[in-house]
Amino acid sequence: MTSDRNHNSQDDLGRESPRRPEEILNLMTKSADFIKELMEENERLRYRVVQLQEENQDLATGVAAGQRSEFIKQQIRQLEKEKDRILEEYRKVEEENKTFATRYINIEEENNNLANLYVCSFQLHSTLDFNEVVQIIMEIIINLIGGEDFGIYLFDDKTRKLKATAMEGMPIDNLRPIAMGEGIIGQTMVTGESFFDPVLQQPTRPEGKRSPENPLVCIPLKIKEKVIGVIVLYKLLPQKTQFQNVDYELFTLLAGHAATAIFSAKLYSEAQRKLDTIKGFMGLLTMSE
Amino acid sequence: MPVKILIVEDSPTMRQLVGFALKRLPGAEIIEAADGVEGLKKINSNVFDLIITDINMPVMDGLKLISLVRRDVNYRNVPIMIITTEGGAEDRERALALGADAYITKPIQAGQVLDTARNLLGIA
Repeated sequence: MTSDRNHNSQDDLGRESPRRPEEILNLMTKSADFIKELMEENERLRYRVVQLQEENQDLATGVAAGQRSEFIKQQIRQLEKEKDRILEEYRKVEEENKTFATRYINIEEENNNLANLYVCSFQLHSTLDFNEVVQIIMEIIINLIGGEDFGIYLFDDKTRKLKATAMEGMPIDNLRPIAMGEGIIGQTMVTGESFFDPVLQQPTRPEGKRSPENPLVCIPLKIKEKVIGVIVLYKLLPQKTQFQNVDYELFTLLAGHAATAIFSAKLYSEAQRKLDTIKGFMGLLTMSE
Repeated sequence: MPVKILIVEDSPTMRQLVGFALKRLPGAEIIEAADGVEGLKKINSNVFDLIITDINMPVMDGLKLISLVRRDVNYRNVPIMIITTEGGAEDRERALALGADAYITKPIQAGQVLDTARNLLGIA
């Protein structure tokens, strides 16, 4: 500059003033310091800007993360609800399943009982031979009821007493006829009501033989209200530990079928005997002619 | 799958009860015999998938039948089920030792007979 070259300068009022080199140097130094300070400030500010940008980014990220987290929480809540609903449904289905399984078992049991009863009645009515009918009744009591000592008493119209017709597990010859109303057997004959000893309900029964007058079970053989005899049970097979509901039903139903089968067989044998007698007479008559 | 089953039992009622229960097996063909000798005859003239027998029978009992059946090479692996009134442990052990695969005591329950038959025949 011209003024510098001339060692002149202007004061604050614009007046030209001569400057000393020290002042200029001082001024230059100050300027340099100032610039340096500015540079440093600039650097600090840049750093601060970077810091703030980073903070800003973090904040922005945080907000987004918060939103996402809220969204996820909502999703979780919905899924939790859905899970609860499904669990409730599952519980209901499981309960239904159990009910169906129980029903299936019951139906299966009923089905088996009906099948047994069908076979029994089929067998009982498959013959009109009295001895065969009695044999079938005995087989049914062994195989389905689990009887070990048992028998059949039939009412004798002539003596008006119950007479042992068939017996399993005890000698029939030693059994005396039983009068109407005498003991459990005679009472069953009179009332037509089944007798089941309460001991049958107990898991363990007293060992040993029972006397013929003291049966465990006594079932009337009834056709409508007419009692034609009784089935008596004295002892069950050792493996038959308890008398179950189905046994009561089966025994009672069996007694009904057995009664008609015995009655039919008796009628048939009587009719057959009469027929044979008539045929004999006819034969004699035709021979004499 | 059809299965052929032999029931050896002297009581016709019992044969029918067991047969009735086993008819629920798909394709089951039931053949009956009244005693061990009749059972052996049927075994010699048929191929059975399962043999069911009683122990106490006239002419030939079930245990004798099992011992004879197990001597036949064709019947060494055919399952045998016993249905009997004999509930004693000794009878059971004897029958199993002779070659029986299952031992059921009377009174029978149709479901039990059917389940045992299914197991022995490997039917699910």
